[in-house]
Amino acid sequence: MSSWPILSLVTFLPLVGAAWILAVCREDETGANNARHAALWTSLVTFLVSLVLWVNFDPRNPGFQFVERAEWVPAFGISYHMGVDGISMFFVLLSTFLTPLCVLASWTAIEKRVREYMVSFLVLETLMVGMFCALDFVVFYLFFEGVLIPMFLIIGVWGGKDRVYAAFKFFLYTLAGSVLMLLAIIAIYWHVGSTDIVQAMNYGKLPFEWQFWLWLAFFASFAVKVPMWPVHTWLPDAHVQAPTAGSVILAGVLLKMGAYGFLRFSLPIMPLASEYFAPLVFGLSCVAVIYTSLVALVQEDMKKLIAYSSVAHMGFVTIGIFVVNAQGVQGAIFQMLSHGVVSAALFLCVGVVYDRLHTREIADYGGLADNMPKYALVFMVFTMASVGLPGLSGFVGEFLVLVGAFKANTWVATLAATGMILGAAYALWLYRKVVFGIITRDAVRAMPDMSMREIAVFAPLVLVTVWMGIYPASFLDVMDASVAKLVADYQAALKAAGATALLGR
Amino acid sequence: MEFLVKVIVFLPLIACLIAGFAGRAIGDRGAQWVTTLGLLVSAVLSWIVFFKVGFEGAGGTFRVATWIVSDTFESAWSLRVDTLTAVMLIVVTTVSAMVHLYSIGYMAEDPGIPRFMSYLSLFTFAMLMLVTADNLVQLFFGWEGVGLASYLLIGYWYERPSANAAAIKAFIVNRVGDFGFALGIFAVYMLTGSVQLDAIFKAGPELAAMNFEFLGVQVPALTTICILLFIGACGKSAQIGLHTWLPDAMEGPTPVSALIHAATMVTAGIFMVARLSPLFELSQTALAVVTVVGASTAFFAATIGLTQWDIKRVVAYSTCSQLGYMFFACGVGAYGAAIFHLMTHAFFKALLFLGSGSVIHAMHHEQDMRHMGGLKDKIPQTHWLMWIGTLSLAGIGIPLILGHGIGFAGFHSKDIILEAAYGAHSGVGFYAFWLGIAGAFMTAFYSCRLMFLTFFGRPHDHHHYEQAHESPPVMLIPLYVLALGAVVAGFAGYNIFVGDGWEGFWRGSIAMEGSREALHHAHEVPWLVKVLPLVMGVAGIAVAWWFYVGSRANLPQMMANAFPALYQLSYRKWYFDELYDFLFVRPALWIGGQFWKKGDVGIIDGVGPNGLAAGAARMSRILGRVQSGYLYHYAFAMLIGVALLVTWYMLSRGQ
Repeated sequence: MSSWPILSLVTFLPLVGAAWILAVCREDETGANNARHAALWTSLVTFLVSLVLWVNFDPRNPGFQFVERAEWVPAFGISYHMGVDGISMFFVLLSTFLTPLCVLASWTAIEKRVREYMVSFLVLETLMVGMFCALDFVVFYLFFEGVLIPMFLIIGVWGGKDRVYAAFKFFLYTLAGSVLMLLAIIAIYWHVGSTDIVQAMNYGKLPFEWQFWLWLAFFASFAVKVPMWPVHTWLPDAHVQAPTAGSVILAGVLLKMGAYGFLRFSLPIMPLASEYFAPLVFGLSCVAVIYTSLVALVQEDMKKLIAYSSVAHMGFVTIGIFVVNAQGVQGAIFQMLSHGVVSAALFLCVGVVYDRLHTREIADYGGLADNMPKYALVFMVFTMASVGLPGLSGFVGEFLVLVGAFKANTWVATLAATGMILGAAYALWLYRKVVFGIITRDAVRAMPDMSMREIAVFAPLVLVTVWMGIYPASFLDVMDASVAKLVADYQAALKAAGATALLGR
Repeated sequence: MEFLVKVIVFLPLIACLIAGFAGRAIGDRGAQWVTTLGLLVSAVLSWIVFFKVGFEGAGGTFRVATWIVSDTFESAWSLRVDTLTAVMLIVVTTVSAMVHLYSIGYMAEDPGIPRFMSYLSLFTFAMLMLVTADNLVQLFFGWEGVGLASYLLIGYWYERPSANAAAIKAFIVNRVGDFGFALGIFAVYMLTGSVQLDAIFKAGPELAAMNFEFLGVQVPALTTICILLFIGACGKSAQIGLHTWLPDAMEGPTPVSALIHAATMVTAGIFMVARLSPLFELSQTALAVVTVVGASTAFFAATIGLTQWDIKRVVAYSTCSQLGYMFFACGVGAYGAAIFHLMTHAFFKALLFLGSGSVIHAMHHEQDMRHMGGLKDKIPQTHWLMWIGTLSLAGIGIPLILGHGIGFAGFHSKDIILEAAYGAHSGVGFYAFWLGIAGAFMTAFYSCRLMFLTFFGRPHDHHHYEQAHESPPVMLIPLYVLALGAVVAGFAGYNIFVGDGWEGFWRGSIAMEGSREALHHAHEVPWLVKVLPLVMGVAGIAVAWWFYVGSRANLPQMMANAFPALYQLSYRKWYFDELYDFLFVRPALWIGGQFWKKGDVGIIDGVGPNGLAAGAARMSRILGRVQSGYLYHYAFAMLIGVALLVTWYMLSRGQ
C-alpha cells in the first residue's frame, strides 16, 4: 500500500473525470446529463479512495504519511512532494466529501453550460486536494492560486445578477495577498536553500527580523482567505452571487485554506513572529466575532446572513490557532471541519428554497414548517449546529477553542464567548422568519418538500454533524499526535529563542 | 444498577426518536403510547433506583463512552447516580410521565401530536442527562439540551408570532446565563486541569486559597468560579435579571409549562448549586450572592404575581418566586432543604399548572381570569385538586405538633427553608428570612386570588361558562397522582431530607459540613419563627378572600387607584422588558446596521476594493455613479500606510 501513490490518485482522479467530460460529452441535453453523471461518479469514487487515507492513517505518527516525492526542478531544489499529517488529512476528506454533494445539489439548478460547470468543479477539487497535500512551496503555491481560477469562473459565469462585480472583488482581494505570499516564499527559499516545506519547518534558524516580515506577507494572503476582519467584505458578495454549490465549496473548503496556511506555515516556520503578532490576531478575531455577528443580525438576505456568520465562526478558528495549545489548535481544526460541513449545509438549505422561489430575501418566506416539515427538521439541525448546541458538531470546536483561549488570555475567551449569545440571536431569527410563522404567499404554499435527491444530499451531512457532535473522538484522535508535535515544536522554538536572547545579553 | 440507570435515561430518547421519525407510520395513538409507556417504565425504574440508592446505599458512576478528549481535557459520557441524582430522577420521570399522560387528553385535537410527544421525550432525555452528569461538560450538554427542548416546545405553535418571539427569547436569555456557565467551566479546567466532578471537589480547598487573573484583575479563584457558574443557574432558573423569559414561556402548551417551566428544567439551577455545593460551601462570598439573589427574586416575582390576569402567568411568577426560596436555602447552606422544596414544589406546581390547563381546556383555551369565574360547580374535581395545590403552595399546616408539624407538602419544605435562613444568623440570612416571610404572605394572596377569580363569584363569560366541562380521566388521573404528592411528600420526606435521617440519606452527595450546621441552627429557631410563615399564609388567604369574595366593594380596583405607581410597577413587571429592549435589543440592531452600512459598505469597501476597482474599467462601469469619490480615499489611505511604514522603518533602524 505504501508504494501506491494514493495522494496523487486522490488529487488527480477528478482531473481525469474532467478530461473525460470535455472529450466525450457534447453540448446538448444528453451531453449535459452525461456530464452530470460523470462528475458525480468521478467525485464519488474520489471520495471512496480518499477514505483509504483515513483507514490507513496511523494516528500515533505525528509526521507526514503517504509521502510521495519526485524531483521536479532540481536546480532550484523544487520537487513534487506530497504528504498528509493529522492536521491536513481531514481537509482532504472534507474536500472530497463535499464535491459529490455539490454536484448532486447542482443537478437541476444549473441548466446552461453544464459541461463546463462540472469540469470547473472537478478541476476545483483537484486543486483543493492538491493544496492540502502539497509539501513543496511551489507546488503549494500553484494549487493555492490555481483554486482562484475555477472559483472565479463559477461565480462569474453561473452566478447571480451582480456576479461580475462579486467575482472581481473576490479576485482582487485574494490576489493582492497572494503576491506578497509569493515574495515570502522566495525569501524562504533564499534562507533554506530549498522550496521544501518540511525542510523549512525544521529549519529553525530564521531570525526574528525575517520572521516578522515573512509572517506579515503570509498573513496578508491568509487573512483574506479566512477571511479575517476587516478584509472580509468580499465574502458576503461572493456568496450572494455564487451559485449554491459555489457557496458550498467557498464556505466549506476555500475559507479553510487561510487558516490551514497559518497552521502549516506561520506557526512552524515563523514561531517567534507568530507569538509576537498573536495579540493582533486575537484583536482582529474578537472584533470579527462581535462585529460580524451584529451585522448578521440585520441582514435581509439569507446568504448574506450565513456569510457573515461564517466570518464570525472563522474568528474562533484564528483565535484557537494562535493560542497554540492542544485544546486551542485541535478546537480550531475541529471548528473548521464542523464549519465546513455545517455552513455548507446551511447554504444548501438556502439553495433548496432558492431553487423553488428564486429569491433569497428572508422576508419572502415564512411558515415553511407547514408544507416542508422535512426541510424544517434539516434546517433546524444545522441551525442548532451553527449555534453550537452540545451534541452537534459546532459545539466541540467552539468549546475547545474557548477552553484553550481562556488559558492564554481571559479577555479573548470572554469576548469571543459573547459569540455564543449573538450567534444564537441571528441564527434563530433567520430560522424563525423562514420556517416559522404563517404562510402568507401562495407561491410559498405551493413549494413542495424536499425531493429524494435533496434528501440524499442532506442525509450524509446530518449524519456527519451528529457523529462529530456525539463522538468527536474519531476525529480528535487522528489529529492528536500532529497537533501535540506542532505545539511542542512551537514552544521549543520560543524557549530556544528566549535562551539565545538571554545569552545575547 | 448500571443497566437500570441506562434504561431510565435512554428509554425517553428512544421513544423520542420513534415518535419523531416513525410518527406517520405508527399514528397519533402510537406516538402517544410509545412515549408515555416509555416514561412510565422510566418512572417506575427511577423509584426502584431511588430506594436502592437512598436507603440501601447503592449508586456509582457508569461510563458510557468517550466524548471530548484533547490532551488533558477529558469529558466522557457517563451516568453518575447518588442520592441527589436519585431524587432528581424520581422528580423528573414521575412528573414527566404524568405530563405525557395528561397530554394525551390535553393535546387531543392538535394536528402535530407525534411532534409534540417526541419533543416532550427529548426534553426528558436531556434533563436526565443533566441530572446524571459526572462532569461539567455533560452537565452543560444537558443544560443546553433542555434549553433546546424548551425552545422547541415554547414555539410549538409556530404560527403564533408571540410563541416564536417567546421561544427565541427563552433561548437567548438562557444563552446569556450559559455564557457565564461556560466561562466558569473554562476557569475550572484552567485551574484544576479537570472538569470531572470528584476531581474538582478534591481541588476545592486549593482553589479557595488561589487567585487568578480574570479580565485584567486578580480575583479569588473559587469565588469567581462559583459566581460564573451561578450566572448559568440564574439563567436557567429565571432569577431576577435573567427571569424575563419565563413568563413569556407560557406561550407554550400548558403541559409544557407544567413539566419544563415549573417542575423540572427551571430547577436545574438549584440542582447545579446543590451538585456543586462542595465548591460553593468554600466561598462565603459566593453563598452570600446566591442568598441575596434568591431572596430578592422570591420577593420581586411575588409582587408581580399579585396583579397579573393571565392564569398561567400568575403561576409562572409564583414559580420564579419559589425558585428564589430554593436558592436562598442553598445560600444559607441548607442544600437538603432546597432539594426538598424542589421536590414538593415539583408536585404542587405541576398540579397547579395541569389544573390550570384543565381550566383552560374547559374554557376552550381562554387564559384571562377576568373571563372566568364561578367554575367550581362546573369542574368540581379540578376545583378541589387545585385547592390542594394552592394550600400546598401557600404552605398551610400546623407547626409544632408531632415533632415538626403536619401539613401540606409545601408547608414542610418552605418552613424549613425560612427556619434555615433565620438560623443562619447572618445579615444575608435575615434579609432572606424577612423577604421570604413577605413573600409567603404574597404567595398565599395571589394563589388564592387565582382560585377565587377562577372558581368563585359569578361567571364573566356566559358562553364559555355554559360550554365548560370537566376534563377526561386521562387528564384527571395525573392530577390525582400529583395531588397525592402535594399532600404527602412533605410529611413523608421531612425526616430523610432535612430531619434526623438526613446524613444517612444524602451520604455526601451534597456538602455535608455546611448542611449540618444549617440544619442544626434551623431546628433551634424560636417557636415564633416556626409559626410566622403560617400566620402570613393564613393572612394572605384571608385578605384574598376579603378582596375577591367577601367584600361587596371593588377593593382590588380601589387599591390600584390608591397606589397607581406601585400597581403599575407590579402590573408592568418592574419594566424589565422595556428596559432590556432599550438597553440591549435596540442598540444591538442599531450597531449592527451601522457596522454594515457604514463600516463594511462605507469604510472598508470604500477604501479597499471599490477604491481599487476605480482603476479597473469594467468595475467602474458596474459601480457607475459611486466611483468618483473613492479613488481619493484610497490614495489617501495608501499615503498614510506608506508614511507609517517609513516611520516605523526609521524608528526601528534608529535603535
